Amino acid sequence: MSLAELICPAGTPAALRTAVDAGADAVYCGFQDATNARNFPGLNFTPDELAEAVAYAHARGTKVLLALNTYPPAGKVDLWRQAADTGARLGVDAFIVADMGVADYIARTYPGIRLHLSVQAAASSPEAIRYYCENFGVKRVVLPRILTIPEIRQIRREIPCEIETFIFGNHGLMVEGRCSLTNYLTGQSTNMDGVCSPASDVEYVRDADGSMSSQLAGFTIDRFGPEEKAGYPTICKGRYAAPHRPEGYYAFEEPVSLNLSRLLPDLIEAGVHAFKIEGRQRSKSYVRGVVRAFRAAVDDIKAGREANIADLIALTEGQKQTQGAFETKKWR
Amino acid sequence: MTPTSESKVRVRPGERAIARLACLAVQPLLTRVVRRVAAQHPSLFARLGPHQTTDFLIDPVELPFALHLRPDPQALVFRAVPRDTAPQAGATIRGRFLLLLELIDAEQDGDAAFFSRDLEVSGDTEAVVRLRNALDDMDGSLAEETSAMFGTPGRAVLARLRRAYTDATKPREYA
Ligand code: SF4
Repeated sequence: MSLAELICPAGTPAALRTAVDAGADAVYCGFQDATNARNFPGLNFTPDELAEAVAYAHARGTKVLLALNTYPPAGKVDLWRQAADTGARLGVDAFIVADMGVADYIARTYPGIRLHLSVQAAASSPEAIRYYCENFGVKRVVLPRILTIPEIRQIRREIPCEIETFIFGNHGLMVEGRCSLTNYLTGQSTNMDGVCSPASDVEYVRDADGSMSSQLAGFTIDRFGPEEKAGYPTICKGRYAAPHRPEGYYAFEEPVSLNLSRLLPDLIEAGVHAFKIEGRQRSKSYVRGVVRAFRAAVDDIKAGREANIADLIALTEGQKQTQGAFETKKWR
Repeated sequence: MTPTSESKVRVRPGERAIARLACLAVQPLLTRVVRRVAAQHPSLFARLGPHQTTDFLIDPVELPFALHLRPDPQALVFRAVPRDTAPQAGATIRGRFLLLLELIDAEQDGDAAFFSRDLEVSGDTEAVVRLRNALDDMDGSLAEETSAMFGTPGRAVLARLRRAYTDATKPREYA
Protein backbone atom coordinates (compact mmCIF):
# COMPACT_ATOMS: atom_id res chain seq x y z
CA MET A 1 0.00 0.00 0.00
CA SER A 2 1.19 3.54 -0.75
CA LEU A 3 2.04 5.96 2.04
CA ALA A 4 -1.22 7.86 1.47
CA GLU A 5 0.23 11.06 2.93
CA LEU A 6 -2.16 13.91 3.53
CA ILE A 7 -0.86 17.20 2.10
CA CYS A 8 -2.75 20.13 3.60
CA PRO A 9 -3.03 23.84 2.84
CA ALA A 10 -2.00 26.75 5.07
CA GLY A 11 -2.44 30.40 4.16
CA THR A 12 -1.45 31.72 7.58
CA PRO A 13 0.64 30.51 10.52
CA ALA A 14 -2.56 29.85 12.49
CA ALA A 15 -3.91 27.73 9.62
CA LEU A 16 -0.63 25.80 9.52
CA ARG A 17 -0.89 24.99 13.22
CA THR A 18 -4.52 24.00 12.69
CA ALA A 19 -3.56 21.65 9.84
CA VAL A 20 -0.75 20.08 11.87
CA ASP A 21 -3.02 19.57 14.87
CA ALA A 22 -5.76 18.12 12.67
CA GLY A 23 -3.45 15.39 11.41
CA ALA A 24 -1.65 16.66 8.29
CA ASP A 25 1.37 14.61 7.22
CA ALA A 26 2.68 17.66 5.38
CA VAL A 27 1.56 21.26 5.04
CA TYR A 28 2.22 23.40 1.99
CA CYS A 29 2.50 27.17 2.11
CA GLY A 30 4.09 30.15 0.39
CA PHE A 31 5.66 33.55 0.88
CA GLN A 32 3.87 36.90 0.61
CA ASP A 33 4.82 37.51 -3.02
CA ALA A 34 4.46 36.33 -6.62
CA THR A 35 6.51 33.17 -6.08
CA ASN A 36 3.39 31.14 -5.32
CA ALA A 37 -0.01 30.70 -6.89
CA ARG A 38 -2.02 32.02 -3.94
CA ASN A 39 -0.54 35.50 -3.85
CA PHE A 40 -3.64 36.96 -2.18
CA PRO A 41 -3.79 40.12 -0.05
CA GLY A 42 -3.11 39.47 3.61
CA LEU A 43 -2.32 35.80 3.01
CA ASN A 44 0.89 33.75 3.35
CA PHE A 45 4.07 33.83 5.38
CA THR A 46 6.93 36.17 6.14
CA PRO A 47 10.32 34.42 6.48
CA ASP A 48 10.11 34.79 10.28
CA GLU A 49 6.64 33.26 10.32
CA LEU A 50 7.82 30.40 8.15
CA ALA A 51 10.75 29.75 10.53
CA GLU A 52 8.31 29.41 13.44
CA ALA A 53 5.96 27.32 11.34
CA VAL A 54 8.72 24.89 10.35
CA ALA A 55 9.71 24.53 14.00
CA TYR A 56 6.09 23.91 15.03
CA ALA A 57 5.49 21.35 12.29
CA HIS A 58 8.79 19.49 12.69
CA ALA A 59 8.32 19.24 16.45
CA ARG A 60 5.13 17.29 15.68
CA GLY A 61 6.51 15.15 12.88
CA THR A 62 4.84 17.11 10.07
CA LYS A 63 6.69 18.19 6.94
CA VAL A 64 6.55 21.67 5.42
CA LEU A 65 6.50 22.04 1.64
CA LEU A 66 7.21 25.47 0.17
CA ALA A 67 5.21 26.38 -2.92
CA LEU A 68 7.38 28.21 -5.48
CA ASN A 69 4.95 27.21 -8.16
CA THR A 70 4.64 30.24 -10.38
CA TYR A 71 6.66 31.15 -13.47
CA PRO A 72 9.22 33.97 -13.28
CA PRO A 73 8.86 36.43 -16.14
CA ALA A 74 11.83 36.16 -18.50
CA GLY A 75 15.00 37.45 -16.89
CA LYS A 76 13.37 38.11 -13.51
CA VAL A 77 14.31 35.02 -11.58
CA ASP A 78 15.88 36.70 -8.55
CA LEU A 79 12.71 36.69 -6.44
CA TRP A 80 12.28 32.93 -6.98
CA ARG A 81 15.94 32.19 -6.25
CA GLN A 82 15.83 34.28 -3.07
CA ALA A 83 12.68 32.47 -1.97
CA ALA A 84 14.39 29.13 -2.56
CA ASP A 85 17.46 30.30 -0.61
CA THR A 86 15.24 31.41 2.29
CA GLY A 87 13.25 28.18 2.25
CA ALA A 88 16.44 26.10 2.26
CA ARG A 89 17.86 28.14 5.15
CA LEU A 90 14.67 27.66 7.14
CA GLY A 91 14.71 23.91 6.64
CA VAL A 92 11.65 23.24 4.48
CA ASP A 93 11.29 19.58 3.49
CA ALA A 94 10.53 20.11 -0.19
CA PHE A 95 9.95 22.76 -2.83
CA ILE A 96 6.91 22.59 -5.08
CA VAL A 97 7.97 24.03 -8.43
CA ALA A 98 6.52 24.48 -11.91
CA ASP A 99 9.18 26.41 -13.82
CA MET A 100 12.18 24.54 -15.24
CA GLY A 101 14.56 27.41 -14.45
CA VAL A 102 13.48 27.40 -10.80
CA ALA A 103 13.72 23.60 -10.71
CA ASP A 104 17.20 23.75 -12.22
CA TYR A 105 18.40 26.36 -9.72
CA ILE A 106 17.17 24.32 -6.75
CA ALA A 107 18.45 21.02 -8.14
CA ARG A 108 21.94 22.48 -8.53
CA THR A 109 22.04 24.62 -5.39
CA TYR A 110 20.21 22.41 -2.93
CA PRO A 111 20.53 18.85 -4.19
CA GLY A 112 19.63 17.50 -0.75
CA ILE A 113 16.14 19.02 -0.72
CA ARG A 114 13.28 17.25 -2.44
CA LEU A 115 11.66 18.75 -5.52
CA HIS A 116 7.96 18.20 -6.15
CA LEU A 117 6.55 19.09 -9.55
CA SER A 118 3.55 21.38 -9.14
CA VAL A 119 0.24 20.77 -10.86
CA GLN A 120 1.01 24.11 -12.52
CA ALA A 121 3.61 22.33 -14.67
CA ALA A 122 0.74 20.37 -16.25
CA ALA A 123 2.86 17.24 -16.66
CA SER A 124 0.32 14.56 -17.48
CA SER A 125 2.20 12.04 -19.62
CA PRO A 126 4.90 9.58 -18.54
CA GLU A 127 7.29 11.20 -21.03
CA ALA A 128 6.81 14.68 -19.57
CA ILE A 129 7.13 13.46 -15.99
CA ARG A 130 10.23 11.40 -16.74
CA TYR A 131 11.82 14.48 -18.31
CA TYR A 132 11.50 16.38 -15.01
CA CYS A 133 12.74 13.40 -13.02
CA GLU A 134 15.78 12.83 -15.23
CA ASN A 135 16.82 16.47 -15.57
CA PHE A 136 15.96 17.95 -12.18
CA GLY A 137 15.69 14.95 -9.88
CA VAL A 138 11.99 15.51 -9.21
CA LYS A 139 10.80 13.10 -6.52
CA ARG A 140 7.05 13.61 -6.80
CA VAL A 141 4.62 14.84 -9.43
CA VAL A 142 1.31 16.50 -8.61
CA LEU A 143 -0.93 15.31 -11.41
CA PRO A 144 -3.28 17.63 -13.29
CA ARG A 145 -6.94 16.97 -12.59
CA ILE A 146 -7.66 15.56 -16.03
CA LEU A 147 -6.79 11.88 -15.57
CA THR A 148 -8.95 8.87 -14.76
CA ILE A 149 -7.86 6.37 -12.13
CA PRO A 150 -6.89 3.72 -14.75
CA GLU A 151 -4.74 6.37 -16.44
CA ILE A 152 -3.07 7.24 -13.14
CA ARG A 153 -2.40 3.55 -12.49
CA GLN A 154 -0.77 3.25 -15.90
CA ILE A 155 1.36 6.38 -15.44
CA ARG A 156 2.50 5.09 -12.05
CA ARG A 157 4.00 2.04 -13.77
CA GLU A 158 5.95 4.18 -16.23
CA ILE A 159 7.53 6.84 -14.02
CA PRO A 160 10.31 6.72 -11.44
CA CYS A 161 8.74 9.16 -8.94
CA GLU A 162 5.87 9.40 -6.48
CA ILE A 163 2.41 10.61 -7.46
CA GLU A 164 0.30 13.18 -5.63
CA THR A 165 -3.30 13.90 -6.61
CA PHE A 166 -5.78 16.49 -5.46
CA ILE A 167 -8.66 15.03 -3.47
CA PHE A 168 -10.64 18.05 -2.36
CA GLY A 169 -11.19 21.69 -3.17
CA ASN A 170 -11.34 24.26 -5.89
CA HIS A 171 -11.51 22.79 -9.35
CA GLY A 172 -10.38 25.01 -12.23
CA LEU A 173 -9.93 22.98 -15.35
CA MET A 174 -8.19 25.10 -17.91
CA VAL A 175 -4.83 23.54 -18.81
CA GLU A 176 -3.21 24.00 -15.41
CA GLY A 177 -0.46 26.56 -15.32
CA ARG A 178 -1.48 27.87 -18.74
CA CYS A 179 -4.75 29.72 -18.07
CA SER A 180 -4.64 33.35 -19.19
CA LEU A 181 -8.28 34.29 -18.63
CA THR A 182 -7.56 36.53 -15.65
CA ASN A 183 -4.64 38.10 -17.46
CA TYR A 184 -6.92 38.95 -20.35
CA LEU A 185 -9.31 40.95 -18.16
CA THR A 186 -7.12 42.34 -15.39
CA GLY A 187 -3.58 42.47 -16.80
CA GLN A 188 -2.37 40.32 -13.89
CA SER A 189 -1.16 36.82 -14.61
CA THR A 190 -2.31 33.83 -12.60
CA ASN A 191 0.86 32.00 -13.56
CA MET A 192 3.41 34.78 -13.09
CA ASP A 193 1.80 37.09 -10.50
CA GLY A 194 0.25 34.18 -8.63
CA VAL A 195 -3.31 35.38 -8.49
CA CYS A 196 -6.45 34.47 -10.37
CA SER A 197 -9.20 37.09 -10.11
CA PRO A 198 -7.25 39.52 -7.90
CA ALA A 199 -9.45 40.83 -5.11
CA SER A 200 -8.68 44.41 -6.11
CA ASP A 201 -10.49 43.76 -9.40
CA VAL A 202 -13.48 41.94 -7.90
CA GLU A 203 -16.71 43.61 -6.94
CA TYR A 204 -19.97 42.17 -5.67
CA VAL A 205 -23.03 44.21 -6.45
CA ARG A 206 -26.31 43.61 -4.66
CA ASP A 207 -29.35 44.27 -6.77
CA ALA A 208 -32.66 45.54 -5.43
CA ASP A 209 -34.31 42.10 -5.71
CA GLY A 210 -31.64 40.46 -3.56
CA SER A 211 -29.68 39.10 -6.51
CA MET A 212 -25.91 39.50 -6.52
CA SER A 213 -23.63 40.16 -9.45
CA SER A 214 -19.94 39.18 -9.39
CA GLN A 215 -17.83 41.52 -11.43
CA LEU A 216 -14.20 41.22 -12.46
CA ALA A 217 -12.47 44.31 -13.81
CA GLY A 218 -15.88 45.81 -14.51
CA PHE A 219 -17.25 42.80 -16.41
CA THR A 220 -20.19 40.94 -14.92
CA ILE A 221 -19.20 37.27 -14.87
CA ASP A 222 -22.18 35.87 -12.99
CA ARG A 223 -25.44 36.90 -11.39
CA PHE A 224 -26.93 34.81 -8.61
CA GLY A 225 -30.63 34.92 -7.76
CA PRO A 226 -31.61 35.76 -4.17
CA GLU A 227 -31.63 32.11 -3.05
CA GLU A 228 -29.05 30.75 -5.46
CA LYS A 229 -25.73 29.36 -4.16
CA ALA A 230 -22.71 31.37 -5.24
CA GLY A 231 -19.22 30.51 -6.47
CA TYR A 232 -15.82 32.14 -6.80
CA PRO A 233 -15.53 35.16 -9.11
CA THR A 234 -13.31 33.32 -11.59
CA ILE A 235 -13.86 33.60 -15.31
CA CYS A 236 -13.85 29.83 -15.78
CA LYS A 237 -16.88 29.61 -13.49
CA GLY A 238 -18.71 32.53 -15.10
CA ARG A 239 -22.16 32.33 -16.67
CA TYR A 240 -22.33 33.81 -20.14
CA ALA A 241 -24.94 34.55 -22.74
CA ALA A 242 -24.08 33.10 -26.15
CA PRO A 243 -26.04 33.17 -29.40
CA HIS A 244 -27.16 29.57 -28.87
CA ARG A 245 -27.83 30.07 -25.14
CA PRO A 246 -29.12 33.63 -24.77
CA GLU A 247 -30.40 32.87 -21.26
CA GLY A 248 -26.78 32.48 -20.10
CA TYR A 249 -24.94 29.30 -19.13
CA TYR A 250 -21.73 28.02 -17.60
CA ALA A 251 -19.68 28.00 -20.78
CA PHE A 252 -16.54 26.47 -19.22
CA GLU A 253 -17.62 24.86 -15.97
CA GLU A 254 -19.99 25.28 -13.05
CA PRO A 255 -19.09 26.48 -9.58
CA VAL A 256 -18.25 23.11 -8.07
CA SER A 257 -15.54 21.58 -5.89
CA LEU A 258 -13.63 18.37 -6.29
CA ASN A 259 -14.34 15.74 -3.64
CA LEU A 260 -12.70 12.35 -4.11
CA SER A 261 -13.43 11.00 -0.67
CA ARG A 262 -15.29 8.02 -2.13
CA LEU A 263 -12.47 7.22 -4.53
CA LEU A 264 -9.74 7.16 -1.87
CA PRO A 265 -9.42 3.35 -1.74
CA ASP A 266 -9.13 3.19 -5.54
CA LEU A 267 -6.53 5.94 -5.61
CA ILE A 268 -4.46 4.23 -2.93
CA GLU A 269 -4.72 0.97 -4.82
CA ALA A 270 -3.63 2.75 -8.01
CA GLY A 271 -0.38 3.72 -6.26
CA VAL A 272 -1.00 7.36 -5.39
CA HIS A 273 1.47 8.32 -2.64
CA ALA A 274 -0.02 11.56 -1.43
CA PHE A 275 -3.35 13.35 -1.39
CA LYS A 276 -3.56 17.09 -1.68
CA ILE A 277 -6.28 19.25 -0.18
CA GLU A 278 -6.67 22.55 -2.03
CA GLY A 279 -7.42 25.78 -0.17
CA ARG A 280 -4.59 27.98 1.11
CA GLN A 281 -7.02 30.89 0.67
CA ARG A 282 -9.58 29.25 2.97
CA SER A 283 -10.07 29.70 6.71
CA LYS A 284 -8.83 27.68 9.69
CA SER A 285 -12.37 26.37 9.98
CA TYR A 286 -12.15 24.83 6.50
CA VAL A 287 -8.66 23.47 7.16
CA ARG A 288 -9.75 21.89 10.43
CA GLY A 289 -12.92 20.36 8.98
CA VAL A 290 -11.44 18.99 5.78
CA VAL A 291 -8.14 17.75 7.23
CA ARG A 292 -9.89 15.96 10.11
CA ALA A 293 -12.34 14.32 7.72
CA PHE A 294 -9.65 13.03 5.38
CA ARG A 295 -7.31 12.07 8.23
CA ALA A 296 -10.03 9.82 9.63
CA ALA A 297 -10.85 8.42 6.20
CA VAL A 298 -7.24 7.61 5.29
CA ASP A 299 -6.62 6.05 8.70
CA ASP A 300 -9.73 3.89 8.32
CA ILE A 301 -8.63 2.66 4.91
CA LYS A 302 -5.08 1.95 6.08
CA ALA A 303 -6.49 -0.06 8.98
CA GLY A 304 -8.67 -2.06 6.62
CA ARG A 305 -11.91 -0.48 7.79
CA GLU A 306 -14.55 1.06 5.61
CA ALA A 307 -13.97 4.80 5.54
CA ASN A 308 -16.66 6.83 7.21
CA ILE A 309 -16.41 10.14 5.42
CA ALA A 310 -17.86 13.29 6.90
CA ASP A 311 -20.18 15.37 4.78
CA LEU A 312 -18.19 18.30 3.43
CA ILE A 313 -20.78 19.67 1.02
CA ALA A 314 -21.19 22.93 2.96
CA LEU A 315 -17.52 23.74 2.34
CA THR A 316 -17.72 23.20 -1.42
CA GLU A 317 -18.01 25.93 -4.03
CA GLY A 318 -21.60 26.53 -5.01
CA GLN A 319 -22.37 23.75 -2.50
CA LYS A 320 -21.81 21.25 -5.27
CA GLN A 321 -19.17 18.56 -5.57
CA THR A 322 -17.81 16.36 -8.33
CA GLN A 323 -15.36 13.52 -8.87
CA GLY A 324 -14.48 15.22 -12.15
CA ALA A 325 -12.23 13.44 -14.60
CA PHE A 326 -11.08 10.98 -11.92
CA GLU A 327 -14.42 9.22 -12.30
CA THR A 328 -15.01 9.62 -16.02
CA LYS A 329 -13.43 11.33 -18.99
CA LYS A 330 -16.90 12.46 -20.01
CA TRP A 331 -16.93 15.09 -17.29
CA ARG A 332 -17.13 18.46 -19.06
CA MET B 1 -17.99 61.63 7.46
CA THR B 2 -20.97 61.26 5.18
CA PRO B 3 -23.84 58.84 5.84
CA THR B 4 -24.09 55.73 3.65
CA SER B 5 -26.85 54.88 1.24
CA GLU B 6 -28.21 52.81 4.17
CA SER B 7 -29.49 56.13 5.49
CA LYS B 8 -32.01 56.11 2.68
CA VAL B 9 -33.60 53.05 4.28
CA ARG B 10 -36.67 54.33 6.09
CA VAL B 11 -36.35 53.97 9.84
CA ARG B 12 -39.32 54.51 12.12
CA PRO B 13 -38.78 57.03 14.94
CA GLY B 14 -39.20 54.34 17.64
CA GLU B 15 -36.61 52.13 15.98
CA ARG B 16 -34.23 55.02 15.71
CA ALA B 17 -34.46 55.70 19.42
CA ILE B 18 -33.87 52.02 20.25
CA ALA B 19 -30.86 51.92 17.92
CA ARG B 20 -29.31 54.96 19.59
CA LEU B 21 -29.84 53.55 23.06
CA ALA B 22 -28.42 50.18 22.04
CA CYS B 23 -25.35 51.88 20.58
CA LEU B 24 -24.75 53.75 23.81
CA ALA B 25 -25.18 50.59 25.85
CA VAL B 26 -22.83 48.45 23.80
CA GLN B 27 -20.05 50.99 23.14
CA PRO B 28 -18.01 50.44 26.35
CA LEU B 29 -17.86 46.73 25.55
CA LEU B 30 -16.72 47.35 21.98
CA THR B 31 -13.99 49.69 23.14
CA ARG B 32 -12.66 47.10 25.59
CA VAL B 33 -12.82 44.31 23.02
CA VAL B 34 -11.00 46.17 20.28
CA ARG B 35 -8.26 47.41 22.63
CA ARG B 36 -7.75 43.90 23.92
CA VAL B 37 -7.56 42.39 20.43
CA ALA B 38 -5.10 45.07 19.28
CA ALA B 39 -2.88 44.48 22.31
CA GLN B 40 -2.92 40.70 22.08
CA HIS B 41 -2.70 40.26 18.31
CA PRO B 42 -0.41 43.01 16.95
CA SER B 43 0.52 40.95 13.86
CA LEU B 44 -3.06 41.43 12.68
CA PHE B 45 -2.25 44.94 11.49
CA ALA B 46 0.55 43.84 9.16
CA ARG B 47 -1.87 41.60 7.24
CA LEU B 48 -4.23 44.55 6.78
CA GLY B 49 -1.51 46.45 4.90
CA PRO B 50 -2.91 49.60 3.26
CA HIS B 51 -6.41 48.81 4.57
CA GLN B 52 -5.59 49.79 8.14
CA THR B 53 -7.29 53.07 7.31
CA THR B 54 -10.27 51.64 5.45
CA ASP B 55 -13.68 52.13 7.03
CA PHE B 56 -15.44 48.77 7.37
CA LEU B 57 -19.13 48.56 8.09
CA ILE B 58 -20.02 45.29 9.76
CA ASP B 59 -23.75 44.83 9.61
CA PRO B 60 -25.25 42.15 11.84
CA VAL B 61 -28.67 41.99 10.24
CA GLU B 62 -30.72 41.14 13.30
CA LEU B 63 -29.19 43.75 15.62
CA PRO B 64 -30.60 47.29 15.80
CA PHE B 65 -27.25 48.82 14.85
CA ALA B 66 -24.20 48.26 12.65
CA LEU B 67 -20.53 48.34 13.63
CA HIS B 68 -18.00 50.74 12.20
CA LEU B 69 -14.41 49.48 12.25
CA ARG B 70 -11.32 51.37 11.18
CA PRO B 71 -8.41 49.12 12.15
CA ASP B 72 -5.79 51.86 12.27
CA PRO B 73 -3.32 50.97 15.03
CA GLN B 74 -2.65 54.70 15.57
CA ALA B 75 -6.33 55.56 15.97
CA LEU B 76 -8.48 52.47 16.36
CA VAL B 77 -12.18 52.91 15.76
CA PHE B 78 -14.76 50.26 16.65
CA ARG B 79 -18.16 51.71 17.40
CA ALA B 80 -21.80 50.89 17.19
CA VAL B 81 -23.70 53.13 14.80
CA PRO B 82 -27.40 53.37 13.93
CA ARG B 83 -27.79 52.25 10.34
CA ASP B 84 -29.26 55.54 9.22
CA THR B 85 -26.17 57.47 10.31
CA ALA B 86 -23.55 54.86 9.43
CA PRO B 87 -20.45 56.29 7.76
CA GLN B 88 -19.60 55.90 4.10
CA ALA B 89 -17.86 52.52 4.20
CA GLY B 90 -14.99 51.34 2.03
CA ALA B 91 -16.26 47.81 2.52
CA THR B 92 -19.40 46.31 4.02
CA ILE B 93 -19.83 42.85 5.50
CA ARG B 94 -23.37 41.72 6.26
CA GLY B 95 -24.72 38.61 7.96
CA ARG B 96 -26.28 37.26 11.12
CA PHE B 97 -24.49 38.39 14.28
CA LEU B 98 -23.41 34.98 15.49
CA LEU B 99 -22.28 33.97 12.02
CA LEU B 100 -20.01 37.02 11.97
CA LEU B 101 -18.70 36.11 15.41
CA GLU B 102 -18.14 32.51 14.37
CA LEU B 103 -16.26 33.64 11.28
CA ILE B 104 -13.90 35.65 13.48
CA ASP B 105 -13.48 32.66 15.76
CA ALA B 106 -12.88 30.22 12.88
CA GLU B 107 -15.94 28.23 13.80
CA GLN B 108 -17.25 28.82 10.29
CA ASP B 109 -15.58 29.29 6.93
CA GLY B 110 -16.05 32.64 5.22
CA ASP B 111 -16.05 31.27 1.68
CA ALA B 112 -18.66 28.67 2.63
CA ALA B 113 -20.85 31.39 4.18
CA PHE B 114 -20.40 33.40 0.99
CA PHE B 115 -21.29 30.41 -1.24
CA SER B 116 -24.44 29.77 0.82
CA ARG B 117 -25.31 33.49 0.60
CA ASP B 118 -25.44 33.82 4.40
CA LEU B 119 -22.62 36.34 4.14
CA GLU B 120 -22.72 39.37 1.88
CA VAL B 121 -19.83 41.62 1.05
CA SER B 122 -19.77 44.81 -0.95
CA GLY B 123 -17.36 47.64 -1.63
CA ASP B 124 -13.61 47.06 -1.69
CA THR B 125 -13.18 43.28 -1.95
CA GLU B 126 -9.45 43.46 -1.29
CA ALA B 127 -10.12 45.18 2.03
CA VAL B 128 -12.54 42.42 3.02
CA VAL B 129 -10.07 39.69 2.01
CA ARG B 130 -7.29 41.33 4.02
CA LEU B 131 -9.50 41.72 7.09
CA ARG B 132 -10.64 38.12 6.79
CA ASN B 133 -7.07 36.82 6.52
CA ALA B 134 -5.88 39.02 9.38
CA LEU B 135 -8.64 37.82 11.69
CA ASP B 136 -8.21 34.21 10.65
CA ASP B 137 -4.58 34.32 11.74
CA MET B 138 -5.69 35.13 15.31
CA ASP B 139 -5.49 32.27 17.78
CA GLY B 140 -8.13 31.85 20.45
CA SER B 141 -11.78 32.78 20.49
CA LEU B 142 -12.93 36.38 20.52
CA ALA B 143 -16.38 35.27 21.67
CA GLU B 144 -14.96 33.27 24.57
CA GLU B 145 -12.51 36.01 25.56
CA THR B 146 -15.21 38.65 25.47
CA SER B 147 -17.74 36.63 27.42
CA ALA B 148 -15.05 35.72 29.96
CA MET B 149 -14.55 39.44 30.61
CA PHE B 150 -18.00 39.34 32.21
CA GLY B 151 -17.57 36.13 34.17
CA THR B 152 -20.40 33.64 34.52
CA PRO B 153 -23.18 35.96 33.27
CA GLY B 154 -21.11 36.69 30.15
CA ARG B 155 -20.62 33.01 29.39
CA ALA B 156 -24.32 32.35 29.95
CA VAL B 157 -25.27 35.06 27.43
CA LEU B 158 -22.87 33.57 24.86
CA ALA B 159 -24.22 30.06 25.37
CA ARG B 160 -27.74 31.36 24.91
CA LEU B 161 -26.83 33.23 21.75
CA ARG B 162 -25.19 30.10 20.35
CA ARG B 163 -28.26 28.00 21.10
CA ALA B 164 -30.51 30.54 19.41
CA TYR B 165 -28.25 30.65 16.37
CA THR B 166 -27.93 26.87 16.13
CA ASP B 167 -31.72 26.51 16.25
CA ALA B 168 -32.18 29.17 13.59
CA THR B 169 -29.69 27.56 11.20
CA LYS B 170 -30.28 23.87 11.91
CA PRO B 171 -31.32 22.74 8.43
CA ARG B 172 -28.09 24.12 6.97
CA GLU B 173 -25.72 22.74 9.58
CA TYR B 174 -22.89 20.60 8.45
CA ALA B 175 -20.55 18.09 10.06
S1 SF4 C 1 -9.86 31.32 -14.47
FE1 SF4 C 1 -10.26 29.30 -13.56
S2 SF4 C 1 -8.91 27.88 -14.63
FE2 SF4 C 1 -8.16 29.96 -15.01
S3 SF4 C 1 -6.61 30.25 -13.41
FE3 SF4 C 1 -8.55 31.07 -12.66
S4 SF4 C 1 -9.45 29.36 -11.47
FE4 SF4 C 1 -7.85 28.51 -12.78
